[in-house]
Amino acid sequence: MKAKDTLLYLDGVSVSFDGFRAINNLSLVLQSGEMRAIIGPNGAGKTTMMDIITGKTKPDTGDVYFNGTVDLTGHDEADIAMLGIGRKFQKPTVFESHTVEDNLVLALSGPRSALSALFHRQSKDEADRIHEILYTIRLFEKRHWLAANLSHGQKQWLEIGMLLAQDPKLLLVDEPVAGMTDAETAETAKLLRDIARTRSVIVVEHDMHFVRELDVKVTCLHEGSVLAEGSLDHVSNDPRVIEVYLGR
Amino acid sequence: MITQWFFSHGDRRSLIVIAILLAIACLVPLLNLLVPDTSPLHVPTYLVSLLGKYLTYAMLAVALDLVWGFCGILSLGHGAFFALGGYAMGMYLMRQIGPRGVYADPVLPDFMVFLNWKELPWFWHGFDHFWFAALMVVLVPGALAFGFGWLAFRSRVTGVYLSIITQALTYALLLAFFRNDMGFGGNNGLTDFKDILGFNVQAGTTRSALFAATALFLALAVFVSSFIIRSKLGKVLVGVRDAESRMRFLGYRVDRYKLFVWTISAMMAGIAGALYVPQVGIINPSEFEPANSIEAVIWVAVGGRGTIVGPIIGAVLVNFGKTYFTAAFPEIWLFALGALFILVTLFLPKGILGLYGSWKTRQANRAAREDDEILPPVVKQNGTLMPTPEPQAAE
Repeated sequence: MKAKDTLLYLDGVSVSFDGFRAINNLSLVLQSGEMRAIIGPNGAGKTTMMDIITGKTKPDTGDVYFNGTVDLTGHDEADIAMLGIGRKFQKPTVFESHTVEDNLVLALSGPRSALSALFHRQSKDEADRIHEILYTIRLFEKRHWLAANLSHGQKQWLEIGMLLAQDPKLLLVDEPVAGMTDAETAETAKLLRDIARTRSVIVVEHDMHFVRELDVKVTCLHEGSVLAEGSLDHVSNDPRVIEVYLGR
Repeated sequence: MITQWFFSHGDRRSLIVIAILLAIACLVPLLNLLVPDTSPLHVPTYLVSLLGKYLTYAMLAVALDLVWGFCGILSLGHGAFFALGGYAMGMYLMRQIGPRGVYADPVLPDFMVFLNWKELPWFWHGFDHFWFAALMVVLVPGALAFGFGWLAFRSRVTGVYLSIITQALTYALLLAFFRNDMGFGGNNGLTDFKDILGFNVQAGTTRSALFAATALFLALAVFVSSFIIRSKLGKVLVGVRDAESRMRFLGYRVDRYKLFVWTISAMMAGIAGALYVPQVGIINPSEFEPANSIEAVIWVAVGGRGTIVGPIIGAVLVNFGKTYFTAAFPEIWLFALGALFILVTLFLPKGILGLYGSWKTRQANRAAREDDEILPPVVKQNGTLMPTPEPQAAE
């Protein structure tokens, strides 16, 4: 497959930390508009893969292309975020001493220079978008709360809302339902499917019920490379996946 | 609604402090110059200078709060920028002495004649003009901070490592300024000032004018800080303090934001130093001592970091204490200072203003409960963004 027809293209990517190969000759292709679930045991390299895509870690070898032509290995985190890749961390990371609304104000796409921020005045348009997102993530009533006072699940949603405000082409979501109640998990699956209608999403998740609910193509990583890829049924019936991850 | 009230209240707090500063900028000189010595309302000249000195410290504290309280950069070397601003002003004051020095050289300051120097070093040129010196007061600390910050923030040096190199920076400058060859008067520094802008620095009127200028500049520093913090840029800074990498993944160039506020803060500290020197009459390398910078951190912690106004209260209170203790019980002052820092860290993590803020919040929450209103558990305290207990934990 050629890189130029894809949204995200990883080919032969390897990276080692102190001799430990976290990612080993990993190849992964994501089409525009696709949602993909990534599963795999602890230490399979899921988070490291996200670090590479978002510019936090530079690969030792291999190609990483975004939108077919942009070489991501030559850009830093801020550049890559501006290119249109948003990231949700495993642990919900919101700005705790800001209000819910201010969290979204900071995330909202727009100029990022210090000078423009100093003299920034919120436009009607921006206010409308923030309200829209507040409704989407079901936090409109709590918009003046400090983010620190939200529940765990609400923080996860706020972070997803921040990603929406960023308006990325590709969303990387790391374990969005960890620590959520069943009801919250179902709501989150619905939210992500809504989001995936207009943009590409990569979800890393351990919760197999949640992955089933997403109903998308699944990639299983093991020891830094792809072990199996396909529908959830196909992957979960693969004997090697059962061996290393699902257990008998 | 409540949050809105807190927000406008927070703004009002800075405005109140600015108003108070403008008032004392007029009042203290009036009480010094117009009220006769015999009246109990008379403010003696020594006190005018002492208060002026406190206000320059307060300005240094406000500058430090801007980077530490709001952006999580704990500088243990802010005294360096203060001292550099002071030296720039000191050089102007030295050039104003002219032929009235002990050796009566029309151009060379006394210490250069003493060292047998024949001509003025290149970097002393221009300092006979006030406008040039005033420019250097801002530019020299600003340029040093910009260069230092550019290297440090781009390499992502943060937390305690950054604190240590700021400490090293001020220590290196201390050693450099001690050397006679540097051309800044070595160990003795710059002193024996005569005139500023043609007025005798010893005169009561000049001292009152310097006090008023200090109060005005402090008010300006509060205004600028409040403007920065209330802008979107201020929100970005607090975001950097609380979750630096999140900010990066949102597309912000964190290093540039840090560099901006770091440089502004250093310039503010430089102006404070420049106002300090004519009021105390001397600048020497001891101003670069690391202990001075650490003391400034204590002022901010005592007053309440991340509050703009708190550091002013902290600086004035601690220095009142210092003036009193060093006169009454000179040997226990350092112990008292150390104990103060420990007590504030343990029992008042948000400083004096934080204590007031949490009391106000409790009051507001109680009032709201009585009104049976739905209220968030804790709202913005007094409209300021109260720092988390660990402002260094930026991850």
